Amino acid sequence: MNIKNLTNGILKENPTFVQLLGMCPTLAVTTSAVNGIGMGLATTAVLVLSNLAISLLRNFIPSKVRIPAFIVVIASFVTMVGMIMEAYTPDLYKALGLFIPLIVVNCIILARAEAFASKNGLVDSVFDGIGMGLGFTMSLTILGSVRELFGNGSIFNVSILGASYKPALIMILPPGAFLALGLLLALYNYFQIRRAN
Amino acid sequence: MENASLLVIMVSAILVNNFVLSRFLGICPFLGVSKQVETAFGMGMAVTFVMTLSGILTYFVHYKLLVPNGLEFLQTAAFILVIASLVQFVEIVLQKMSPTLYQALGVFLPLITTNCAVLGLALLNIQYEFGLLQTIVHSFFAAIGFSLAIVLFAGIREKLEISDVPLPFKGFPIALITASLMSIAFLGFTGLV
Repeated sequence: MNIKNLTNGILKENPTFVQLLGMCPTLAVTTSAVNGIGMGLATTAVLVLSNLAISLLRNFIPSKVRIPAFIVVIASFVTMVGMIMEAYTPDLYKALGLFIPLIVVNCIILARAEAFASKNGLVDSVFDGIGMGLGFTMSLTILGSVRELFGNGSIFNVSILGASYKPALIMILPPGAFLALGLLLALYNYFQIRRAN
Repeated sequence: MENASLLVIMVSAILVNNFVLSRFLGICPFLGVSKQVETAFGMGMAVTFVMTLSGILTYFVHYKLLVPNGLEFLQTAAFILVIASLVQFVEIVLQKMSPTLYQALGVFLPLITTNCAVLGLALLNIQYEFGLLQTIVHSFFAAIGFSLAIVLFAGIREKLEISDVPLPFKGFPIALITASLMSIAFLGFTGLV
């Protein structure tokens, strides 16, 4: 049961490629693989903590005010994660900038709180948070790697394509984000269609 | 940026730093509510309304409430609460005062709470250290920029519906690639201000 909760988010219900949730950070911060994985892990931390807290509180929160209550819980964890990142990873904190506080309005977190953590027990909710978080991190890292590879010739700052490669700057500019995600989604669909046949 | 003239703020908010196409704020409604020009326009108007109000309100919350009490670290939590209650409030007031407007905007209002453009705008206003007048101008025209992008995008997507798209590209992939082309077009405004 727990294992299924864990793998669900990584593949079958991948938040980015299948559910198309949390598009803003996905597109905005994936200019490099490092930024992608950093954003992914920050979101995972918030997701796991908020799932944990909401699962514990689920019998105390009146259903009428549950959405504002969830948002307050999420906002507190986002503030904490932001402060920790500012202290220990200042470069990453600067690179992600506005999108750290904006984790609050990431639909994935509220969606998991509403659809899963408010209905399930503690352990399941934590595993669900880890699974969804890792699925999100994975997608962001893939997207970041693709954009960094073509836009800068490297992945995780390690040169891959060599010095003779002329970087396609467009990939790390805003249009490249839409383009790379569009092509990756098409690729994903292509394999799904082929598997179905 | 803190001394930027209002005209510069205006042009930059609509074209150069377009909220959707260059800052990536409000992508969810941009992709979700853009299948028809009419609904896209409704969404744009609802966002404009809420963004302008929340921009002004968060300005006062930050400078009159949080700063004097040394509570800046509560910014994120305070702003999201202000926005959530504002959206609820606007919904109730519209329902009572102007049923026609409520019918036009009603369905979009609950969606706006989790629209990151609204919170992003509030945080940006503070980050740029805008004064009250600049905040109002920036909030309003950033929202106009959002509306412009979503309406244009919906126009293109209406045409895409009837065109022959390769199977794997159907739906979101082709929409994202369209957005990419639009973003390239908006990139042309860089250097305007």
